Amino acid sequence: MGDIRLMKGNEVIAEAAIRCGCDGYFGYPITPQSEIMETLMIRRPEQETGMVVVQAESEVAAINMVYGGASCGKKVMTSSSSPGISLKAEGITYLAGAELPALLVNIVRGGPGLGTIQPAQSDYFQAVKGGGHGDYKLIVLAPASVQEMNDFVDLSFELSFKYLNPAMILSDGVIGQMMEKVELSDFKPRWTAEEIEKISGSWATTGKKKGIKRRISTSLDLDSAKQEVFNHKLQAKYRAMEENEVRFEKIDCDDADYLFVAYGSSARICQKAIEIARAKGIKVGLLRPITLFPYPTKQIQEMLGQVKGILSVEMSAGQMVEDVRLAVEGKVPVEHFGRYGGIIPTPDEVVEALEQNFLGE
Amino acid sequence: MTATTELKNIISEENKVYGKTSVLLDNEMHYCPGCTHGVIHKAIAEVIEDMDIQEETIGVSPVGCSVLAYNYLDIDWQQAAHGRAPALATATTRLMPEKYVFTYQGDGDLASIGCAEIMHACNRGENIVVFFVNNGIYGMTGGQMAPTTLEGQVTATSPYGRDCQTTGFPMKISEMVSLLPGTRYVTRESAETAGAVRKLKKAVKKAFANTRENKGLSFIEIVGTCSSGWKQTPVQSNEWMKEHMFPYYPLGTLKDE
Ligand SMILES: Cc1ncc(C[n+]2csc(CCOP(=O)(O)OP(=O)(O)O)c2C)c(N)n1
Repeated sequence: MGDIRLMKGNEVIAEAAIRCGCDGYFGYPITPQSEIMETLMIRRPEQETGMVVVQAESEVAAINMVYGGASCGKKVMTSSSSPGISLKAEGITYLAGAELPALLVNIVRGGPGLGTIQPAQSDYFQAVKGGGHGDYKLIVLAPASVQEMNDFVDLSFELSFKYLNPAMILSDGVIGQMMEKVELSDFKPRWTAEEIEKISGSWATTGKKKGIKRRISTSLDLDSAKQEVFNHKLQAKYRAMEENEVRFEKIDCDDADYLFVAYGSSARICQKAIEIARAKGIKVGLLRPITLFPYPTKQIQEMLGQVKGILSVEMSAGQMVEDVRLAVEGKVPVEHFGRYGGIIPTPDEVVEALEQNFLGE
Repeated sequence: MTATTELKNIISEENKVYGKTSVLLDNEMHYCPGCTHGVIHKAIAEVIEDMDIQEETIGVSPVGCSVLAYNYLDIDWQQAAHGRAPALATATTRLMPEKYVFTYQGDGDLASIGCAEIMHACNRGENIVVFFVNNGIYGMTGGQMAPTTLEGQVTATSPYGRDCQTTGFPMKISEMVSLLPGTRYVTRESAETAGAVRKLKKAVKKAFANTRENKGLSFIEIVGTCSSGWKQTPVQSNEWMKEHMFPYYPLGTLKDE
């Protein structure tokens, strides 16, 4: 440790990938995340660590390259922004269905459709509720700083190999584009063929060795009875994630009468809003979900005896607020404040929304 | 000599002229009678055995009738989304350059939904083998029109015969990919006679040898039949194929560099 730099969030994703022993990146350019592949192309990791970087012909091809690479037991990743992630939905559900590990990065921009290139959080539903077809979930991590962009790359790979499930870093154009001080991780070597055999030997399609069972990477089973058993297994896996992998941060919650729930960029805005509100004598705290799936439902519930109202602050028309309401079950009022289409809310607006909703002003 | 001892003498190692390759599993195939997929599977499996590359070969199966190809060849497999096999194969060969990676795709899979993926894998010259089974129809979904369906051909979605003015023209994929600098070897084969299968096996061997020598992409189209989709008997299908498919999709090597 100790390699401290001033870097853009997107560049850090690339650097962290090289340093954590990633084997392959497959992507297609789209603003505001193109610096990820650009940085990789400049860094030439193929020469340094052997990491393969391919500019695919489309997002559809890129995610299916990820599927092929993941099938080989390799640490592979892709990145994109909203319209590109929609195209990747096909491959993502195949990855989930074939139970393969992979890192997906979404640097969200405002939509729907081609929308804008400005930051938004309007892909929350797509990220945490499935997004593609079938009953599946991604592990979704929401960084709120350039440092977390670094830290969550390795963490995503760790979790996705632990659960054999794709993981997504859900960030946005603010964090992707902003520069901050970051302490980069130390270099880890890429796994050797022997290590892959040890870690992923039961499923990685590396060529059928004599005497061991051949491996098939597939999500197909035409037998509905077997398909249901498989779906049970997937659901059990998601419950285990909910049991073991919830990550969150609480800020100024000890004496809070009101609570902001916000992730990523919105959480940073809420931190400033807390200062403004507290200066006015309004005791408000912040619960920041770091994992959006699994969601910190219990942690929100633990605040219910204490707070009089909860404001979900998001750069969307109201998506995460549904999960807050599910956690709260009507026990205290839950409201939503959001700007969208690429507009970033100001801390003053957030405080105003808190006052209007809960303090009758 | 009794009849039994005579038989025993005949069934002896030195008299053996043919045996099923162990690369082909014993599973009963799900293909319809007269379908070409099974014969092609066997040809590929036999070449894998001959070349002794079973442990190093990874197949990518498609969506379509041969989606279950992995049930028949005893190698590691990846099952791709409809049309995307070349993308999976690209990553697999890039990440494990010493392996033999092949895709196995139908005409709906490769020429329609996966048209972009195959063109770009060919254009990049990925070190893989592509098997393109052209039966001119969507077999699995019940015989709809494919990009390769011939003019006037009746299918479930061209019930009055394919009208090229409104549906476009039958695509000559091998001709198209042979124009791309990334392809090394492009050939069009068939599998309806023992002779054709022998030629096919020669092509398969050459293609895998290209992989071994890191020469880039080999593309083998196999013109085949779909008796169910064509609504013909297997014998009629073969005749119809020779009469109608071969003139439009002429057999032979298009490129060998
Ligand atoms: C995304 C998607 N679209 C459509 C389908 C339905 N589908 C399954 S097989 C097939 C056609 C396959 O035809 P072809 O590639 O010619 O293979 P064949 O069955 O003739 O061997 C289609 C359209 C699918 N599985 N996935």
